[in-house]
Amino acid sequence: MQKAIKRYFPIFVLPTVLAFLIGFIVPFLMGIGLSFCEFTTVTDATFVGISNYVKAVQDTVFLHAFWYTAAFAVVSLVVINVLAFAIALALTQNMRGTNLFRTVFFMPNLIGGIVLGYIWQLIFNGVLAPFSTTLNLNEWYGFWGLIILVSWQQIGYMMIIYIAGLQSIPGDVLEAAAIDGASGPQRLFKVTIPMMMPSITICTFLTMVNGFKLFDQNLSLTAGEPAKMSEMLALNIYNTFYGRTGWEGVGQAKAVLFFILVVALGLIQLRLTRSKEVQQ
Amino acid sequence: MSRRKTLVSHLGTVFFSLVSVLYILPIFIVLFNSFKKKSFINLQPFTLPDKMTFNGLENYTAAIDQYGFLDAVGWTVFITVGSVLAILICTSMCAWFITRVNNAVTRGIYLLCVFSMVVPFQMVMFTLSLVTDRLGLGTPWGLIIIYLGFGAGLAVFMFCGFVKSIPIEIEEAALIDGCSPLRTFFSVVLPIMQPTYISVGILETMWIWNDFLLPYLTLDIKSYKTISIIIQYMKGSYGRVDMGAIMAALIMAIIPVVVFYLACQKHIIKGVAAGAVKG
Repeated sequence: MQKAIKRYFPIFVLPTVLAFLIGFIVPFLMGIGLSFCEFTTVTDATFVGISNYVKAVQDTVFLHAFWYTAAFAVVSLVVINVLAFAIALALTQNMRGTNLFRTVFFMPNLIGGIVLGYIWQLIFNGVLAPFSTTLNLNEWYGFWGLIILVSWQQIGYMMIIYIAGLQSIPGDVLEAAAIDGASGPQRLFKVTIPMMMPSITICTFLTMVNGFKLFDQNLSLTAGEPAKMSEMLALNIYNTFYGRTGWEGVGQAKAVLFFILVVALGLIQLRLTRSKEVQQ
Repeated sequence: MSRRKTLVSHLGTVFFSLVSVLYILPIFIVLFNSFKKKSFINLQPFTLPDKMTFNGLENYTAAIDQYGFLDAVGWTVFITVGSVLAILICTSMCAWFITRVNNAVTRGIYLLCVFSMVVPFQMVMFTLSLVTDRLGLGTPWGLIIIYLGFGAGLAVFMFCGFVKSIPIEIEEAALIDGCSPLRTFFSVVLPIMQPTYISVGILETMWIWNDFLLPYLTLDIKSYKTISIIIQYMKGSYGRVDMGAIMAALIMAIIPVVVFYLACQKHIIKGVAAGAVKG
């Protein structure tokens, strides 16, 4: 069979591979190369060794963005997952209207980040107006505003994954625990949660990575105001590229560091939660 | 069910009904603000429009006439539909081929696809805009190629996962009966993979429809704008920001999404669950 279809390589594989080269492989390799160069366009690139990386890690705004993003990722991970799990638990109980509630909770997930940002900007500024302040005046307003925004957006998504996980737990396991005299909380922490570890792995992984990669919502809600204090990593990289002439190489170096960070976090997190998974 | 349990479940229904109303409230706040005169929106965002503040459909006509909102909707539809179709056809063919033909090249392609899924867009955004500029791909047609390339990773990965579960005997029978590989793919493999097409199609649609940065950096935005770009543009244009037109634009951006969601809700939720398990 392999022989028969092998000749068809140009029809089956070539379109995807060519587009993949243009859209991913070439920009990726160029990105690695240019992170060691100083340039404004590719033609005037000169090799400068690791000086871009040195500049990147000495950039205090970048470091602030890193800690701000890390704090955001951790807080959003906890808030989203606790709420999504609780809602999933409640909506898998015997209750009227669960389908309607699921529909409602999932809906914000389909709205784009830019649109979300402006919806919530209107609301937060309306809430803050009586105190004669705005979202742009304090970096922590932006922080908690973004937490509320991404929770609103992502709780429904994580809820769907948790519901799928809860429905795959065999009922007899919980029943056996109940007959053995396990209380409600005991059943939750000793049976349900251990059996849900695969779903928890996925959801915590997704919320963590989403938190670190957040861009659209950050741009539309506060755009880094006040004075870049609410600027997160992705937006900082963007502003380094397009806001500071001569810093394109530094921007690319930051992007490489960002890439390594996202991959490393993903690997560590998968390792941590996978080790807690139990066989069903 | 015991009486106490029924009571708890009724209370649960009441509680979640209230929470649901609160949950969609932000959208309603934007909705009634879109009918107010622009100067009242920032001052009193939480009051319903009244005689003095009501502005009819003026904000909607402003968004459409002054900012060309409908053009943006058209281009967004074109880019999304074109890219999703290209992704579905090309990557499913690619995935079938690299799963069935096992050699160093196909294994390499698969690994690169998996790798590309973890790379954040910021890593390639600057160089990607240089490449598209050089190749003249800054049009909605060119963007389809870019989306095919950048979206290939997830799609190939999901299709490969499914192809592995199809028994190879069915295809072998078709080939022995004289079907060409192309015909085997389109009349045997493709129908079996229908659920995966729907899942991948929905995940890619949700991504491309809402994407902001990729089209913003690669498209020639003087001639072509997408919905996300035009909203950012309306808000970011220095000087006079027309809050009324922005509210109308937000509502017009949300409506197609809600219609799409209500129409394909089951598939969307299945697609999300499938994508999460595999991705």
